[in-house]
Amino acid sequence: MTERSLRGKAAIVGIGETAYYKRGKSPDAEFKLALKAILAACDDAGVDPRNIDGFASYHNERSDSIRIAAALGIRELRFSNLQWGGGGGGGSAAVGNAAAAVAAGVADCVVVFRSLAQGEFPRYGTAAPVATVSGEMAYAAPYGSLTPAHRFALPAMRFMHDHRIERKALRAIAMASYHHAQSNPRAVMYGRPLTEAVYDDSRWIIEPYRLYDCCMENDGAAAVVVMSAAAARDRPKPAAYLLGVAQGCAYRAGARLLNSPTYATAGFTTVAPRLYQMAGVGPDDIDVVQCYENFTTAVLMALVEHGFFSAEEANEFVTLENLTAPYGRLPLNTSGGNLAECYMHGLELHIEAVRQLRGESTAQVPRATIGMVISAPGVAPASSMILGSGETLN
Amino acid sequence: MNNASYLPAGLPAPQPQSDGLDAPFWEGTAQRVLRVQRCRQCGTWQWGPEWLCHRCLTFDVGWEEVAPIGCVYSWARSWHPVHPALSNRGPYLIVLVELPHAGGVRMLGNLLGDATRPVAIGEAVEAVFEPHQRGDLKYVLVQWHKATARSRSISEPASTKSGRDAHFERRGMNPTSRIAAARWVK
Repeated sequence: MTERSLRGKAAIVGIGETAYYKRGKSPDAEFKLALKAILAACDDAGVDPRNIDGFASYHNERSDSIRIAAALGIRELRFSNLQWGGGGGGGSAAVGNAAAAVAAGVADCVVVFRSLAQGEFPRYGTAAPVATVSGEMAYAAPYGSLTPAHRFALPAMRFMHDHRIERKALRAIAMASYHHAQSNPRAVMYGRPLTEAVYDDSRWIIEPYRLYDCCMENDGAAAVVVMSAAAARDRPKPAAYLLGVAQGCAYRAGARLLNSPTYATAGFTTVAPRLYQMAGVGPDDIDVVQCYENFTTAVLMALVEHGFFSAEEANEFVTLENLTAPYGRLPLNTSGGNLAECYMHGLELHIEAVRQLRGESTAQVPRATIGMVISAPGVAPASSMILGSGETLN
Repeated sequence: MNNASYLPAGLPAPQPQSDGLDAPFWEGTAQRVLRVQRCRQCGTWQWGPEWLCHRCLTFDVGWEEVAPIGCVYSWARSWHPVHPALSNRGPYLIVLVELPHAGGVRMLGNLLGDATRPVAIGEAVEAVFEPHQRGDLKYVLVQWHKATARSRSISEPASTKSGRDAHFERRGMNPTSRIAAARWVK
């Protein structure tokens, strides 16, 4: 490990979330949801909210950190950071930015949060009601390519074609999330199991996606408290230490109008090697994975790029048995994830990763000490991270 | 909007960027010409448009007419209507077309014809210019349909500029003749 590494220098010391709701069903305003999640995370961390001195978030987070700081009576704000990039791709990056801040002494107690009340604002899954479009959308919307599902379907189709991916692999990813949600009372899909027949009979949204290949849209908020490793040892709950984090994208991944040289990938071809290098572990060391499901294909592609199996092995490896806790080879999305717990733009995945290391998951992997979080595959810049329990630092 | 368009009227209309970056593309489609950026210094094709060449970093980037033929790089069949204009449309096909005569750049469009038919990655397609009018707003979309036998024979991937020029030469055209290319697509 070189000096220039975040490995073991910062930790998630507190986690908090609101109740999760179907889209538009939150009784609370989006900003109030953000405040509730932040206070819950502070309570979990044993931190006075007035002592928060930094915020980090991603995408188009609307709950402004300055307003939150004023609302909570924060004494002095020293770090305020919003990660570039669309969708949930910046989730792990935002936690990494917070970790970098506390490790470098820029701030002492940084809260990473995400709040969403889609009932108040336009939905992700429908087109914006506009008469004209320019820029990138001028080359997509007039053709009826209007939503993330449209944007992600084409690279997925190409990847499936190139590697002969079978639908049963996608089904296994959806069913793993629903399976785990059945033991999680917080999950929006708790009590609503998914069977192979229901998946197979579900309607097409856009080929290659059926209904259950697509994430939900939800209301709620989630937050985590990040402090330095030294400060983490004094917290009431066991800390989840940052072993590695990486963000970014490959050469010209942002080439406009779908002209990325790495178009049919999840965007981790350069990120995953850097992640493992910082963490000092490999795919075989990971006990449990939380991977953002925007669409099932993107999960499969991201797992390939993180080295858990090759694209050619995917049909054989990606089975419900292999993906489920406690004894699967690669337990995946053990709270239900974006498909079945809540689409909290992936930050709920970081919370579940911490629960696994604390031994508090509702689908616990026995003796889990190293967990991975992969933020929105297919988004540039992408990001992912590896967390470890205290014993992994020895 | 006219009745011949592939998708119903009411979808958002494309407008050139206010900074002028992509205006030559839309001016081209209005004249039934397909244009792609190409570096005047090093010859690199570039799409989508940008202010400088990503290879040699010169700002001397021009626009060049390209043969309106390509092959399907990927595709998707959309079923769920996400816009009011699509509520009675039924499924429609979206294709990402690779242009072998423009350095392999890719363009999105619809694949015209029967939306329920099988689509093959790699199949040859040719451009169709689809005019729209809504009030004072006029624009021409580039759409794609199954290639004729004639266009298929020249849409085999060609990695060099010479492939594109060979296409025009076989057609007896000056490679820079807009009029000839416009006539080429019926």
